Amino acid sequence: MALLEVEDISVTFARRGQRAVHAVDGVSFSVDAGEVVGLVGESGCGKSVTSLAIMGLLPKQPGLRVGGKAVFDGTDLLQLDDRSRRDIRGRDIAMIFQDPLSSLNPVIPIGLQVTEVLTRHRGMKGDVAAKEAAALLDRVGIPDPKRRLKEYPHQLSGGMRQRALIAMAVACQPRLLIADEPTTALDVTIQAQILELLKDLVRDSGTALVMITHDLGVVAGMCETINVLYGGRVVETARRRPLFREPRHPYTVGLLGSVPRLDAGRGERLNPIPGSVRDLLPWQEGCAFAPRCTRRVDACVGEPPELVLAHDGRSYRCVNPAPLPGLARAADAPVPAKSEPAATADGTGQAAEAGTDVPAAGKPASGPVPAPREEEKP
Amino acid sequence: MTIISRKKKEKIDRLAELAARDDERGVSLWQEAFRRLRRNPAAIVGAVVLGLFVIVSVVGPFLVPYAPEAQLWKGEIRVGFIPGVRAENWFGLDHIGRDQFSRMVVGARQTLLVGVVATMIGLAVGSLIGGIAGAAAGLGGRWGRAVDNVLMRFIDMLLAMPSLLLAISIAAILGASLTTVMIAVGTVSVPVFARLLRGAMIAQSNSDYVLAATSLGVRKPKIALAHVVPNSLAPVIVQATLTLATAIIEAAALSFLGLGNNDASIPEWGMMLADAQRYIDIAPRLAILPALGIIITALGFTLLGEAMREALDPKLRK
Amino acid sequence: MTGSDVLVEVRDLKVHFPIKRGVLFERTVGHVKAVDGVDLSIPRGKTYGLVGESGCGKSTLGRALLQLTPPTAGEVSFDGVELTTLAPGKLRTMRKRMQMIFQDPMSSLDPRQNVESILTEGLQAHGIGGNRDERRKIIAETLDKVGLPRWALSRYPHEFSGGQRQRIGIARALVLGPELIVADEPVSALDVSIQAQVVNLLDELQDNLGLTYLVIAHDLAVVRHISDIVGVMYLGGLVEEAPSDRLYTEPLHPYTRALMSAVPVPDPDVEDRRERILLAGDLPSPANPPSGCRFHTRCPWAQPTRCADERPVLREIGGSRVACHFAEQIASGELRPHKVSAEIVRPEGEGEEPGVVSAPSEPGSFV
Repeated sequence: MALLEVEDISVTFARRGQRAVHAVDGVSFSVDAGEVVGLVGESGCGKSVTSLAIMGLLPKQPGLRVGGKAVFDGTDLLQLDDRSRRDIRGRDIAMIFQDPLSSLNPVIPIGLQVTEVLTRHRGMKGDVAAKEAAALLDRVGIPDPKRRLKEYPHQLSGGMRQRALIAMAVACQPRLLIADEPTTALDVTIQAQILELLKDLVRDSGTALVMITHDLGVVAGMCETINVLYGGRVVETARRRPLFREPRHPYTVGLLGSVPRLDAGRGERLNPIPGSVRDLLPWQEGCAFAPRCTRRVDACVGEPPELVLAHDGRSYRCVNPAPLPGLARAADAPVPAKSEPAATADGTGQAAEAGTDVPAAGKPASGPVPAPREEEKP
Repeated sequence: MTIISRKKKEKIDRLAELAARDDERGVSLWQEAFRRLRRNPAAIVGAVVLGLFVIVSVVGPFLVPYAPEAQLWKGEIRVGFIPGVRAENWFGLDHIGRDQFSRMVVGARQTLLVGVVATMIGLAVGSLIGGIAGAAAGLGGRWGRAVDNVLMRFIDMLLAMPSLLLAISIAAILGASLTTVMIAVGTVSVPVFARLLRGAMIAQSNSDYVLAATSLGVRKPKIALAHVVPNSLAPVIVQATLTLATAIIEAAALSFLGLGNNDASIPEWGMMLADAQRYIDIAPRLAILPALGIIITALGFTLLGEAMREALDPKLRK
Repeated sequence: MTGSDVLVEVRDLKVHFPIKRGVLFERTVGHVKAVDGVDLSIPRGKTYGLVGESGCGKSTLGRALLQLTPPTAGEVSFDGVELTTLAPGKLRTMRKRMQMIFQDPMSSLDPRQNVESILTEGLQAHGIGGNRDERRKIIAETLDKVGLPRWALSRYPHEFSGGQRQRIGIARALVLGPELIVADEPVSALDVSIQAQVVNLLDELQDNLGLTYLVIAHDLAVVRHISDIVGVMYLGGLVEEAPSDRLYTEPLHPYTRALMSAVPVPDPDVEDRRERILLAGDLPSPANPPSGCRFHTRCPWAQPTRCADERPVLREIGGSRVACHFAEQIASGELRPHKVSAEIVRPEGEGEEPGVVSAPSEPGSFV
């Protein structure tokens, strides 16, 4: 039995006088206890909104509709009232956000913010809580934790703030940790530190981790199961190695072909996906990726593609998936060449590339992702 | 079957080449802001109120049934007997027998005049100072910073003076008149406009597109005029609308205190309010009507101003 | 390299920003040494990639090279012309030969200008194209080069997607027919699938027009992909410079190695096999850089001698230039990495007085 079972979650923002925006349109995935699961996709694919919906953190506004189920350990999180949800949040499920500065209260010392979590969920008080807080900061690799407790968020660097936030998240030894782009705002060397820390924490405590990111490199290094999202739906789910070795959904293929790789030679052209993420087909009318897809066939439009279940817990939502790059060859050469997945793009990529990312005139973009934080000052 | 699939195909192709229409012109930021403004009910209410106000004050004085200074019931008015609302006089008569309705309509013109002229003075002088300071600070260099410093310290001085005190001093020098009120109220709003424009200009001067223009080799004065100023105007325009509201209230306050027009033949809402306070227990409508006039007009300007602020706010754009 | 091969030559370039205190009477209390003595040369028709983490001074270097930020000291020669001492008028006419592409395509385009006006501005400033029709022709050609449709001309920046906005930015740079383009993080604000489109466009334009690029980015994979030569910056100085392939196969500077090992590769097999060199702590403040080798506070190979008190200069080792006293010994495996404990680094401009809280700009949500 999975720890978290997300079934057909949908989030719709209906604005007055405008068409409703389907930010999330039927996302399903599951997380086993102690498992690291990745949600990968580009801006507007609904990955952050999904996590906020699960946590009940979407800003309450008229026109917001959340549907589906998110069953955590037998309880449907979406049916809970605010209070019991708050109890679960922090104690059983914790979340880490992209921007640590706006997730921390700027006028309260770090120490107090950590001890408050301990007091609220673990009933600790006074010196015991302070000691535990220092131990937590030490655990996440903040040097000289006793002194740091008295300091304010703005006195710490971005990496240290993110560590402090992680300390708060793991304070109650939650069973599930949701990390929403936890390293996007950080430099590469700091990102490596934080990812390593998250890996350690997960390994040591058996916490399950949902990693939300746009960076395929990050998921390749740490996630066991990966869900690729496009246009508010999961288009492909696979274990880590099969996904990178034999991507089946053309979008996954395209993403892998778009990323310049550190270990590739100079001069190799990338194989971009034509168009822009705004060129979406509504799922009711077919595959959302069809307008940008190089493997598009007539059957792509009309009705949404069914989820195809393959062996090894793998599934994809495509009527004309990329062919497997030869089963025999995959056995011979464990590391596929870089351009291989992209070779399936049958040359149309180049021709279609120029100028096809047209503006979606009059059509609302697939959705500003509301994050539970204040708007940044200009 | 084939027809259906071709139709489907056309549909995706259309989606893939979305909006490739030559005839359609782009929508500029101003046009978009105006569209948003039209969708906002607050803006519509504000605009209707102001439209009525402007029509009344422009056309009204030619249509009023009586001259505002004509004493209709001369000699018959006593304290304790002020004729109220009746068929000939829709709002009744005032304490010396003048038609209250005619006075309200003619007073609207005075009120609008004071508000607009005062705001214009503030806007013009403030924008000039703020614009020069902002441009000087944006250009940088030793002289630029010096000019900016001198101008802004002057503005700080203005800001430090209480507005009422400033108005009283100006009235003391120029004597009480409508002009005094306009100048006084205008002067008070100068620092607001100056600081606003300067701040916006400095913020714009640090933006990437100004750097891009510099790297294109565009001359600095041209950058200031073509990029910095137009992009700094939005907050100033919003402020001007909001200032109109406060200017009307402040002008009324100054007239109420007797610093305004002392020519009784030209009615003004603030002055009417001041006159009416002595009769508030016998004829409260004399005070309530001009007060309502001031409140509704100020509210109209504020509603429109706030709606404009929302429409022009880049953060609220999708 | 002979003189005519080199388009840009930077010698000992320094950009120091004064830190000022005081309200009425400002006094300088220190300097942020954003760029502190950089030498590099960019060959004509090639791409020089500049990589480094935020705060290393790479963007400032790019701007100082174009004289958009006045350098404190040093020389920049562009095709034999010394830019730092050039009169403002002459510099302005030189600008059409060197252009810039910005990171955020939205903020680098004036929201109140339509595309035609954006593209015309540079032409007018330099008097290129005598009349409207001629200018229109140049603009139309440029639009074709960057793959934008004609109807884009009457549209405004906010009506385009991120990738297209960046194309507009590139078109604005191209319309003057420059020789050098400085691209400051040209793809980092874009979606992954769009990044590849823009990278390919830059590649294509270089092939067709013989452009010289200085590409500034924090993403080593992107820089390596498009660059012929890569320079790695750390705290205002170049620590290593090498041909792109060599930098990957044989990184010499410890910082380059750490940076390389930190970049995630979208391949589970590679990810599982590779060894991570995790750096301790954060980037020190450029207002108060460490003595000697700037990297010695975080370097796993730092030695008790020389590293802390002698600033290494760039030395040529087998085709690379590297600023490390012990590069050879590290490469041969003679020196082994050791553990480094993290030092607390204060965010810039903060932390002098721990008791003072600067006014919070926004209330954070409390988890």
